[in-house]
Amino acid sequence: MSSPVQDLSVLHQRREQRLMLALALPALLVILLLVVLPVGWLAWQSVYHNGFTLENYRRIWSEDIYWRSFALTFEISLLVTLLALLLGYPIAYAASVAPKRWGIIILALVVLPFWTSVLVRAYAWLALLQRTGVINQLLLQLGVIDEPLALVHNTFGTVVATLHILLPFMVLPLYATMQQIPRDLMQAGASLGAGPMLTFWRIFLPLSLPGVLAGCTLVFVLTLGFYITPELLGGGRTIMISMLVSRNVELYDQWGAASAVGVVLLVAVGAIFFAVSRFIPLDRVLGQK
Amino acid sequence: MMITSCCRRALLGVSLGVLATLSALPANADQITFVSQGGAYQKAQTVAILDPSAKKLGITINQDSIPDAWPAIKSQVASGKPTWDVVDVPTGYCLRGGEQGLLEKLDFSKLPNAAAMPEAYRSPYSVAYEFYSSVLAYSQKKFAAGAAPNSWADFWDVKKFPGRRALRNHPIATLEAALMADGVAPDKLYPLDVDRAFKKLEEIKPNITVWWTSGAQSAQLLNDGEVDMVMAWNGRVSALTKEGAKVAFTYNQGILQSTSLCILKDAPNLATAVRFLNEAVDPVHQANLPLLIDYGPANPKAFDTGVIKPERVAQLPSAPENAAKQALMSYAWWSSPAGEAAEKRWIGFMQK
Repeated sequence: MSSPVQDLSVLHQRREQRLMLALALPALLVILLLVVLPVGWLAWQSVYHNGFTLENYRRIWSEDIYWRSFALTFEISLLVTLLALLLGYPIAYAASVAPKRWGIIILALVVLPFWTSVLVRAYAWLALLQRTGVINQLLLQLGVIDEPLALVHNTFGTVVATLHILLPFMVLPLYATMQQIPRDLMQAGASLGAGPMLTFWRIFLPLSLPGVLAGCTLVFVLTLGFYITPELLGGGRTIMISMLVSRNVELYDQWGAASAVGVVLLVAVGAIFFAVSRFIPLDRVLGQK
Repeated sequence: MMITSCCRRALLGVSLGVLATLSALPANADQITFVSQGGAYQKAQTVAILDPSAKKLGITINQDSIPDAWPAIKSQVASGKPTWDVVDVPTGYCLRGGEQGLLEKLDFSKLPNAAAMPEAYRSPYSVAYEFYSSVLAYSQKKFAAGAAPNSWADFWDVKKFPGRRALRNHPIATLEAALMADGVAPDKLYPLDVDRAFKKLEEIKPNITVWWTSGAQSAQLLNDGEVDMVMAWNGRVSALTKEGAKVAFTYNQGILQSTSLCILKDAPNLATAVRFLNEAVDPVHQANLPLLIDYGPANPKAFDTGVIKPERVAQLPSAPENAAKQALMSYAWWSSPAGEAAEKRWIGFMQK
């Protein structure tokens, strides 16, 4: 029943697909070599040490230090993601609606901190937040407080610094999505009598959701693995899961004890995304067919 | 033509081979690779101990440095062909390495300098190399002379000595301090009563502002006024004093700790490594080290050489008078099953 023209187009399509696959091959190889193989090797180590063993997983299951750190890590990740969204959305919105030059300046300010290392930024927060730091001294001089506030060496300091470091990962995907939203739609909304609030709420916000989801995913996943900020600014009390990984390498003298923690985290994250995808149609939100 | 070219090539190959053997053999026989922790500490050793030893023994000492040598020691020995010979590591690693068959057992008859050192400073696999101390340090802005905390009991006494405090985020030396605060004598600490130590730590926990993780952090906290008293390593505090910071520390109830030298199993230059090990704890070389850095010699005979002036002796953690006020850390206990269990227990204590 198919016409020759259709056949030709199908053929074309197939050839194009093959070409695309060939083009993607180097990247896929890199991913295989640098991601799949090491992760597989670590997973293997977690169950194999002089023979097959589940000892590393039994330990995670039976000792509550792991549960506490997992819980704290997910709490902090959720909090950082939420705050990044609240702070990042207006920034991305401003950058996308402002005149081009101002948009570039706003984006530059967001990306600028990328040029300094995470370590330097963590120490900078220490200088700002500590007892004798800039913020406390200022508040003391203004008479707002009588005693310096405990802004660092706790979870608060950890969250603030992590949020600052990860904010660009929220703003950039948001901005990219907002850029693509056709402005005519807002004008159409206005011409039908909707005010600015309503057009934003009914048109702009839903269309920016793919960016929201991408940004939230990036920030959430990156926070899960954060090490430097809780280590430097957590005062020793904010024990996130990455710190248990390094502790286990030290204490048990084998990679398996540490990689098992990583495997559990990976599986947990996978499970969460699977659960989320059942409630939120990810492919539709991400703008696919 | 053909023959000439083939022979020439063969000849070239042979002569190259001979050259390679000639140049490799003697060098291999009298060189070692020595590994320490880098920084100012390794530079001081180079001047005080490594260069003089190399000169005296007529050997070449190749240096390498790594902040944490333990994983590298494990993987090098596991490979069967280690490239390092002698390592300078926290003494606990030497004991653990000895237990796990990663280190050469030492024949002390070949190490007269080491054999003359106190038995507590040696193990079958290692010899102490230098001493440092975990001490009680405090801000002089907060505490006037004569009214400063002078014992771990004082550190725990938040009524008599109000102020912000920091301890190390690690059980080693911290459990010892807790037990001394609870009244255990410095020379009666081991085996540690771990339950009692953690109970005493629970008591001070609400008053600890920061649990520090790096030596640099402990110094920064004290210097910036983030805390008023802290358990810190003596070298970190004296470095602040030299910069003019108003801080001080006491050796009273300090915990005397050491790094030790040990030799990797099947080290490439074993015989030379043993000769170097003996030379490294020579009293005169050892006496030269504290002239350059705030660490004490491991060989007590260094204090009899006259190299270290009396004022300087008084500042050193391992000087006999200071050592007498302190507890000598038992690395043997910390690498025992009880010690390892205490280390594993730490993070649970921190989370609560």
